[in-house]
Formats: sequence, C-alpha cells, structure tokens
Amino acid sequence: MPALLLLAIKVILTVTVVLLTVAYCVYAERKVIGHMQQRPGPQFVGWRGLLQSPADVLKLIIKEDIVPTKADKFIHFIAPVLCLVPAVLALAPIPFNKSGSLLIADINIGVLYILAVSELGIFGIILAGWGSNSKYSLMGAMRSAAQMVSYEVALGLSLVGVFMMSGSMSMVEISKAQSGSVWYILPQFLGFFVYCVAAVAETNRTPFDLPEAETELVAGFHVEYSGMKFAFFFLAEYTNMIVVSSIAATCFLGGASGWLLPPLVWYLIKVYAFLFIFFWLRATFPRYRYDQLMEIGWKFLIPLALANVVITALIKAYI
Amino acid sequence: MLTNYVGVLFLFIFALILPALMITLSKIIAPSNPSAEKSSTYECGIEPLGDANTPQSMHFYVIAILFVIFDVETLFLFPWAISYDLLGIFGLIEMIIFIVILLVGFIYAWKKGALDWVS
Repeated sequence: MPALLLLAIKVILTVTVVLLTVAYCVYAERKVIGHMQQRPGPQFVGWRGLLQSPADVLKLIIKEDIVPTKADKFIHFIAPVLCLVPAVLALAPIPFNKSGSLLIADINIGVLYILAVSELGIFGIILAGWGSNSKYSLMGAMRSAAQMVSYEVALGLSLVGVFMMSGSMSMVEISKAQSGSVWYILPQFLGFFVYCVAAVAETNRTPFDLPEAETELVAGFHVEYSGMKFAFFFLAEYTNMIVVSSIAATCFLGGASGWLLPPLVWYLIKVYAFLFIFFWLRATFPRYRYDQLMEIGWKFLIPLALANVVITALIKAYI
Repeated sequence: MLTNYVGVLFLFIFALILPALMITLSKIIAPSNPSAEKSSTYECGIEPLGDANTPQSMHFYVIAILFVIFDVETLFLFPWAISYDLLGIFGLIEMIIFIVILLVGFIYAWKKGALDWVS
C-alpha cells in the first residue's frame, strides 16, 4: 500500500512540475524571443513580468467557451482532451535521475511506449479539425496529420541506431549504457541530426509550424476553440516539447550523467537546453513551404536515417 | 513485469481528472452569452461560404498509405536493433535484404511522384 501511495505522489508531483514548466516555458519563450529581437518581452505583470504566466492561466479560465453552432458538439468537446491525455501519458517512462527512482513506470520498451502514446495525439488534432466544421480547421488538421505521420517515420528510424548501441529500449538502460562510455551524440551524430529535425516537426514548431500558420490558416486546427479547451491544445504542444527534449537528453546526451552537480540537475539542464533550442529556432527561422516540408521529410530525412541504421550496423559488425 | 504499468494506469486516471477539473472550473467561472454571430464559423470576418467539408488533396491519402508501410518497417527494425548483438552477421545480412526490398518500393513511390507536391 505505501508503494501505491508513493506512486500516486510521484504521478501528481511529476504532472504538477511539468505543468508549471509549461507555464514558465511560455514566459521564457516570449522573453527569449523578445531579447533576440531587441525587445524586452513581457515586463508589466509582476517583477520583470514573472507573474505573466499565472495571469495567462487565470485569463484562460475566465474566458467564455465558444462552441460554433455548426460544430459537432461531442467531437468538438472530446478533441482537446484527446490531445492532452496522450501528451501527459507520455511522461510515464521519463527517468529524472540515474537509478530511475523518480520515474513513474519503469517500462522495458520505454522509448517505443512514448512514440506510440504521443502519436495518439494526432487523433485529437484530426477530430478537432473535423468537429469544428470550419475550412481552416480541416485544412490545418489535414496538414498536421500528414506532417506528423511523415516525420514519425524519420523519428523512429533515427532512434534505431541508439537501440543498437545500447541493446535496450528502456530509458533507464539507455542512459546507464552511456554513463561508462561516450554520449551517443558523438557516434550517432547523423541520428541526432535527423532526430532534432523530426522532433521539431513532430511538435509542430517553427520552422515547421504549417498546421498553425497564423498568416494563412489563422490558427489551423484550433481556430474554433477558446478558453480552457484552447489551453488544452497549448498544454499538449508544450508537454510534447518537454517529452521530445527528454528523449533527446536520454538517448543522445547521456541522460542524467554529468560532473559535480546532482544527476537530477544535469537532467533538467539538458532538457531545458533543448527547450531553449526550440525557442531559438522560432526566433531565427521563417516558415517552410508545405511542399518543401514534405520533401525534406521523405526525400532527405528518411534516406538519411536509413543510411544511419546501415552504417551503424556495419560498424558494429566489424568493430 | 505487468506491475510496472500500474504507474501508467495512475497517470492515465490523473490525466483524465485534470481536464475534467479544469473544464468544470471554467464552466463555473466563465460567462456564457452565445449569439448567432459569435457562434458562427470563423472565416476571416465574412459570412461562412458553402460547406466546410471541402474535398482535400489526394496526396494526403497517398502519404497516409506510405506512412503505414514505413512505420511498420520501423517497428520491424526495433526488435532487430535490440537483439543485434545476439544475431551477429546473420542479422546484418537479413536486415540489409529487408531494407533493400523496402528501398525498391521507396524508389518506386519516388519515381511515381507520390512524394512530389508540385506537379
């Protein structure tokens, strides 16, 4: 019984920490992009704008929930939940320290579980686009689904090299395998490159934010959503960012290993460094055209990832 | 082994409670005055024109079919990658044959123009 209680506490703690991180990710993103573009960013709510995120949350709660008359009421309601739940579920096998005592579920197929569960979020996006009964929503949903399934293949293939080197799919085992030797970012630099590009595309972030494309689709699949339901899409997007950053930190950057500082701190540093790169990309790059996006995915990343698998296999066979 | 998934079950329950709580809170606090204009579909300020469920490009469906093929391929590669050390040189040759067969299909799709968006 105490084990179950401990588990429940771990679940609540992890989700709370992640949600707080999400709230301050939004603030950090606005600040970082602001300073990169020579403006101060949010600065009026609280000291240096530090209370901006609580204010945003409060605003989203007291906003009216508008449901279009033409929309399919049930699908319109269920879609944001279907987007958020898989994103939160994907947090289960993320190890925050070396021994894995902080993780919620020590699953031996950890990475596969994350890939499988976070991909369920596509259903939420498709249903949001369909249920809203709006042209922009449907277009955004179709684009998003095609983009996510295309880059899912590259994302999966880029991790095969890591599985080969560590001989395991468990997040704890992968980070343990790296603690003695080099981090996999060095032998797997091709895989790391493919993973980074595919991860940015998977989370629908700039420069691959075609599904949301403010200037042409106004907001894509969530144009008909307001208030709390809109917040769910937002939460799901940022939670997915944290999840892909965690996979990158575990599979390529040695997980929680590091010098001097405690493992948990190292792990968080690596994850936050990745999140910073996401913001950096958004401040730097313009949006791709849709045909360019699909061509990068299919004609460049997938052959490159396959080549990485074959090269890794050959090197492992002869060394 | 299955006990490891108890955490997933807990997380799932919590992940369902969370949106339920937030929606209920919002229902209690937020105002609700729907009007005909407010509840109409957004189309950049003009009256919604025609049916929203317009036909979409065929390419999306082709991509979906390609995804099914290549994602299954990826899933075949996962168990192979994990037991690579055990399989040895047999596993290497086996998988190279598998990848070559898929590459033939990939090149066929490429040449047929399934991956081109501007034609």
